[in-house]
Amino acid sequence: MQNTTAPIGQTNCQLQVHDVTFSSNMAAAVQSGVNAETLVNNMSVKKALAAVPPLTLQIVAECPVTKARACDLILPHSAVSTPVFMPVGTQGTMKGITVDQLEGLGCQICLGNTYHLGMRPGPELIEKANGLHGFMNWKRNLLTDSGGFQMVSLVELSEVTEEGVKFKSPYDGKEILLSPEKSISIQNSLGSDIMMQLDDVVSSTVTGPRVEEAMHRSIRWLDRCITANKNPHKQNLFAIIQGGLNAELRKACLHEMTKRNVPGFAIGGLSGGEEKDDFWRMVTLSTDYLPPEKPRYLMGVGYAVDLVVCVALGCDMFDCVFPTRTARFGSALVPWGSLQVKQKQYAKDMQPIDPDCQCATCKRHSRAYLHALFKSDTAAMHHITVHNIAYQLTLMCSVRQSIVEGRFPEFIRTFMKRLFPSPDQYPSWAVDALASVNVTLE
Amino acid sequence: MKLELSRVVQGGSRLGVLKGLGRTGQHSLDVPGCLLYTRCGSAPHLTQDTLHTLSTLPSVTQVTLSTIAEHQEVLEECKDGFKKFAGLHETVLYCSLHDPAAPCPTGHTTNKTVSVWGSGGRIELSVAKFMALQRAVRPDWYQSMADGETWQENTSRKRVRKSVDRTLAHLDECLLVHHNTQELEGVEVFGVVEGGDILEERVRSARETAKRPVSGFCLDGLQTGSMNQSLRTQLITAVTQELPEDKPRLLQGVGRPDEVLACVEAGVDLFESFFPFQVTERGCALCFSLDVSPDPELAAVLRDDEERDTAGETQENGDLNHSDQTQMTSFEIDLNEKRYHDDFRPLVEGCGCYCCRNHQRAYLHHLLVTNELLAGVLLMIHNAAHYHAFFAALREALADGKLDLLKRRLLGERRAETGTKD
Repeated sequence: MQNTTAPIGQTNCQLQVHDVTFSSNMAAAVQSGVNAETLVNNMSVKKALAAVPPLTLQIVAECPVTKARACDLILPHSAVSTPVFMPVGTQGTMKGITVDQLEGLGCQICLGNTYHLGMRPGPELIEKANGLHGFMNWKRNLLTDSGGFQMVSLVELSEVTEEGVKFKSPYDGKEILLSPEKSISIQNSLGSDIMMQLDDVVSSTVTGPRVEEAMHRSIRWLDRCITANKNPHKQNLFAIIQGGLNAELRKACLHEMTKRNVPGFAIGGLSGGEEKDDFWRMVTLSTDYLPPEKPRYLMGVGYAVDLVVCVALGCDMFDCVFPTRTARFGSALVPWGSLQVKQKQYAKDMQPIDPDCQCATCKRHSRAYLHALFKSDTAAMHHITVHNIAYQLTLMCSVRQSIVEGRFPEFIRTFMKRLFPSPDQYPSWAVDALASVNVTLE
Repeated sequence: MKLELSRVVQGGSRLGVLKGLGRTGQHSLDVPGCLLYTRCGSAPHLTQDTLHTLSTLPSVTQVTLSTIAEHQEVLEECKDGFKKFAGLHETVLYCSLHDPAAPCPTGHTTNKTVSVWGSGGRIELSVAKFMALQRAVRPDWYQSMADGETWQENTSRKRVRKSVDRTLAHLDECLLVHHNTQELEGVEVFGVVEGGDILEERVRSARETAKRPVSGFCLDGLQTGSMNQSLRTQLITAVTQELPEDKPRLLQGVGRPDEVLACVEAGVDLFESFFPFQVTERGCALCFSLDVSPDPELAAVLRDDEERDTAGETQENGDLNHSDQTQMTSFEIDLNEKRYHDDFRPLVEGCGCYCCRNHQRAYLHHLLVTNELLAGVLLMIHNAAHYHAFFAALREALADGKLDLLKRRLLGERRAETGTKD
């Protein structure tokens, strides 16, 4: 893989990958004119490929002020520049956007959902289709979550036991058990590049012994997931740190889970309804104890200010349904907040959503046109979805660039100024969180 | 605009090119052909990126007052017309009255007004308002205001006569305003031929409309579901005999491939492309063969494949169905059906569209079952591609004198299921 100039939506950002053993093997062979088929059949190459771990993290730059890092995350399908925002394509589709459009936006990794896909169309069919990559024809990376969160948030009569999560299928009423083994089995069939362990998910607003029970059980389920993974050479299993909002429980979980040899860690059990003051403290505690040479994935975080702050706290990967979901309601994300295109005030506004945005929507269409189109056709939603994904990816790209160039704290200050009308409107949790990593806002 | 015909079959089909389209006159449209159907300037479900995966796009974009009348104020403030407003570059804009895919309630037409239905309800149009809209929209060409409310069963003769009279009166008024409106200089107007299902009225409407200085003719009140094809053919044949040969004829509201073909034979040049959109909305994909190869083996193979596909599906002869334009035809497969859940073939083997190059029936089925927006996007791409390919095949068949073969192919597919002879 060489230097590639990022496509529209990520101006001035470049993906740079240094010294990758895997790709340099392949590149060298291709350059010397070896036929691709011969290459694959070559035994020594096969061995070399098998020995390469399916995940490599290379730290390209570290912010000297905060805990932020810029890394290259090498995964089986392509390299991913971090910090990265991963759009969520729940049912094997990015809500009205084709894979070509998603690729064109510069997306290197997106999410699929084990619960939904496990129900429809089911793992057997997806396996027949050459995995989720083959089924949806996505050539880059996929991350699947375990289904645990949906169990608790979507399904009414779910019962958690040591075995797994028991629930009634909403489609045919049959009783199903989602165990660590079953979740990994489905994810093996899906063939995602990153799989998440099945964790015992407890809402962040719950307190008491249930939180501790869930934390310990998640560790046991992690071990069962590791054992159950049929494809450790191709699929990366991430652990998920639990422990609710209790520092001691979190630390205990971190202490145990980091003993396991997993390629990456997620920080889970947050981004629910908890207070932001508690939220950031758990995030920074987690990154304090997570090994720096492995990626940190903060699950369910997607609002711009949360992303920037949590990058400063040491997180590398993020996902959230918010940008794509809110698009369908006509809400366009912009550096100064959001813009509800369906509102009357935009009916005659001939500017694009963001005059500085380079996405296909902003280059061609005005707020007024999109406002009108929302009354007639679904294409309006797609225009906003494209824009919102571009916004998120461009934001992350700019964050990364500023870390690489050693000016991340400055970036944070400019970002906050743009987003909030005045300093007294800065959310206090964000001010505190940034202060904890040596960034003072005005 | 100038219609250059290269081939005319006596009293029937024409092949040629409609040239000199657009303000600068540099666009052209092959005839018989279709316009690009849009809602508020957008091909349904498609953004510019997805629309342009289609290798051949009609050079004329159709927009309807149904979808833009409610935006009159914005357009007037915008000052540069609808094309600029919608980000439509490099296309010819044709503005029609009604959305062919959205049948509207009847009973609101008066001597001086017609109504369209926007997202906020009914909008009443007098000629003055109609022309004010045209001034705001700034199309390259438009149809004049017309009363076409004759398609219901049992429309009285008196009502049909009124529609002809009113439409002529509207045309005269429109032309008057048109010639006094600076913004509409160089814009072309089509007259609208009405007459319901009454031959004499059709002829009268055609004769009278032909006397006016219009660039072409819309044939209205003949839409799918309003009458069977043989009556439609009869009426169109009578009408085109009264119309000048060198001006194009646009048929509104007819899109089914077999009906299109029959109407081409009767002398129609242009059609609206709303049919692929209707197919998309029911989760179906157009799959009828365009092959007119005389090779019996190849033809048999293709036929077997399609019969396997269409076997077991409910078919009704759409001609006689007055009420439901949403009913599936024999030209499509229904991707909602369970049997496609593990069918890993493309929608149509050999189709070069983005959907067929990248995705499989099983995936489309999944998207439909899970109610995903991408289903509409992908099906719209495929159905539009297939439909445009149909028109290309139609023109080729005309050029090579193989229209009969194509007709037999199309009707053969319908006959295989209905078991009726035409």
